[in-house]
Amino acid sequence: MSDPQKNDLQKNEAQMNKPSAKKSVKWGEAPKMSILDALYLPAIASGLATAVRHAVSGKATTRQYPEVEPEIPPNYRGVHRLNRDEAGRVKCVACYMCQTACPANCIEIIAAPAPKDDPHWKDRDKFPATFTIDELRCIYCGMCEEACPVDAIELTSIYDLTGMTREEMIFDKEKLLSVFDETVKSGHDPVRTNRGNLGPAAELSPTAKDAPPPPGRGKSG
Amino acid sequence: MVKVKVNDIEVDADPKDNCILAARKAGIEIPHYCWHESLSVVASCRMCLVEVGETKPDGTVAMGPKLVPGCQTPIKEGTIIRTDSSKVKTSQQMTLELLLLNHPLDCSICDQAGECYLQDYTYKYGKAHSRLDEPKIQREDKYHIGEQIALFTDRCVMCTRCVRFTREISGTAELQVVARGSHEEIDVFPETPCNNKLAGNVVDLCPVGALCSKDFLYKKRVWWLKHADSVCTGCSTGCSVQVDQNDNKVYRLRPRENPQAQGHFMCDEGRFGFKYIHDERRIKYPRLKNPPSNVNATARSTAPSDLSFADPWPTVLAEARKRIHSAIQNDPSGFVVVLSPFMTVEEAYLLASYIKGIDARTKLTLGPVPVVGSDDLYPKGPKGESPAAGKVKFTIRAEKCPNRNGIEAILRHFEGSVIHAESLGKSSASAWFVVGGSSSGWVNEKIDQAVGTPSLLIVQDIFPSPLSERADVVFAAGSFAERDGTYVNHAGLAQSTHASIRPPEEARADGRILMDLAGRAGLFNAMALRKEIGTKIPELSAIATGDLGEHGVRLAKFVNHTAAAKSS
Repeated sequence: MSDPQKNDLQKNEAQMNKPSAKKSVKWGEAPKMSILDALYLPAIASGLATAVRHAVSGKATTRQYPEVEPEIPPNYRGVHRLNRDEAGRVKCVACYMCQTACPANCIEIIAAPAPKDDPHWKDRDKFPATFTIDELRCIYCGMCEEACPVDAIELTSIYDLTGMTREEMIFDKEKLLSVFDETVKSGHDPVRTNRGNLGPAAELSPTAKDAPPPPGRGKSG
Repeated sequence: MVKVKVNDIEVDADPKDNCILAARKAGIEIPHYCWHESLSVVASCRMCLVEVGETKPDGTVAMGPKLVPGCQTPIKEGTIIRTDSSKVKTSQQMTLELLLLNHPLDCSICDQAGECYLQDYTYKYGKAHSRLDEPKIQREDKYHIGEQIALFTDRCVMCTRCVRFTREISGTAELQVVARGSHEEIDVFPETPCNNKLAGNVVDLCPVGALCSKDFLYKKRVWWLKHADSVCTGCSTGCSVQVDQNDNKVYRLRPRENPQAQGHFMCDEGRFGFKYIHDERRIKYPRLKNPPSNVNATARSTAPSDLSFADPWPTVLAEARKRIHSAIQNDPSGFVVVLSPFMTVEEAYLLASYIKGIDARTKLTLGPVPVVGSDDLYPKGPKGESPAAGKVKFTIRAEKCPNRNGIEAILRHFEGSVIHAESLGKSSASAWFVVGGSSSGWVNEKIDQAVGTPSLLIVQDIFPSPLSERADVVFAAGSFAERDGTYVNHAGLAQSTHASIRPPEEARADGRILMDLAGRAGLFNAMALRKEIGTKIPELSAIATGDLGEHGVRLAKFVNHTAAAKSS
């Protein structure tokens, strides 16, 4: 510390870092204690009173989980599922929107052309060959559900997800479909929306089919 | 140059420009589908309708009564173009509404989503909803269009860019419009699919998702892809390309517009020929025969499965340097370096200056230059004949390497003349340093025999070859997508290429290997090296700027020596 220049520098720095130097900061002060407060006895008494009041009231606030399961609100964000369409196929069209939206990078999809030769898949172009979600990495924000244009991915009310290994917590397509089968059967997780295959814009409007032909067209015109 | 006013912005435009190009110079986009710079004008999509007027000699402005297509309307001195009037905006909205009438809106499964002009223009100029109350016409997808091309018929906007491409650029005319009115469709004649060597370009030309590449279909959403400007190494045309990769895997190559190199397009050979860079057979680890005894045992075995082998390069490089020095000391004129035409200028310079720096008596040679057939010229005539000189729009060159001219310039500087390694025959050279870098079959019999079994053989390559099998030292090198550097094409255009992915496993880009081998300080920096090369080698002085830009720079007073020798 013999170097005078260095000393100066340090002094300057110390001044700069002094809290009072920053005028934008408001510094609060602890309220002053009265003599009664300084004794602490009233506070002890009021604390004891609260404890005694709860002990004798007879109202239990402890939940008896897992014997009694809590009621889960319908918008709870639990384990994911992959919905099936009317034909029982996976509804997902592998558009990667959920994977794009996912902030935790826990979704991984590999898309493939749908098996066109199979009459069961004739009206589909693209489907997920694999669809995996790392349930451990997921932060259950629900962005995938928001992003999905075909309502294929949904978060269910299953909250008690456990596993013995990390591997079994990485859910593949089959597992996610089985979650759908299970939750739909149990009835507490209905399919939340049902907009159809590719969103409302791609749907034929219901009026188009039923409406009378416009004037000037067809027999009536 | 003529003065044109676009939305009150005055610009100097070429009198040959149309309204779209003039507006582009003013920084204003006129949306268009059917117009393409290198194709004929049909003005059929009606997306580029704008208001056009002229300035009379007395200074008054007379606007045309109707909207005119910007692609078809030439400009002259005093032309006024308006793209922001309510008339134009309404027209754009109507056009888009009509183009989208029967569009299936299946963006979620469409490969084009993210780089689709229907999406972009609808977002910028369109309406939010359609008033159509009829069922949309649904059409069958056509997977028979070509080996590499699938047509999703109902996404098509009938711009006919693809049809015009096969008629005007490839000259093969496979694609056509069938039927009329709202039944119009793109199709091919029965049993004549679109399989010409330029067919892949129609996928790039398609402004919507109608024509898709089967090779890329459903492989990756385009917004995940990261792009790097590169140069195709398939032939000496040196097409400017863009390498699209994600997660260290290249998914596709796309041509990058470069009027100096090839124009807007590239051939399928180059477009789909990149896959060797992910080949399992590549050399992924450096190898060292008879390593010194102080190297630990794991370093001897370089099996790909051996994960305990960490960082082999310092050992391998130090040992290689030692052996090179002792070989040159023993027999300086018997040390032969083979530079391959797949190397970049920077890499050749690093190696040449390193070896010549040890002893000037060493010999630098040029490795085999692969030539297949003759130049393939487009557009083809009706019987498949080549076009007349001067009418050529695209050339696939017979010389299947990117940088013979660049390497020859380096050789002329360091060696005085270009010696072909194959011509050495079974020489008495005692040590060889052979650099490869080709995708396959570069090491031919001649060079194999010429090399023989010398006392020291160093091979720097990406694929195993007879030479790498018996080499004393093998450097696992990088493919074109893993390198930074400069290629000089057939016409003396020096273009810079940029690394887009990392080499596999322990392989390294050639520049990095040679930098370390030569013991130069710092990291490999192509731009800094270009400046050095430009100042030292007069023939390559044009690259002294360092940054060659998107289009590259032409070498001054360039002579294609091989071509000149052939014609004389």
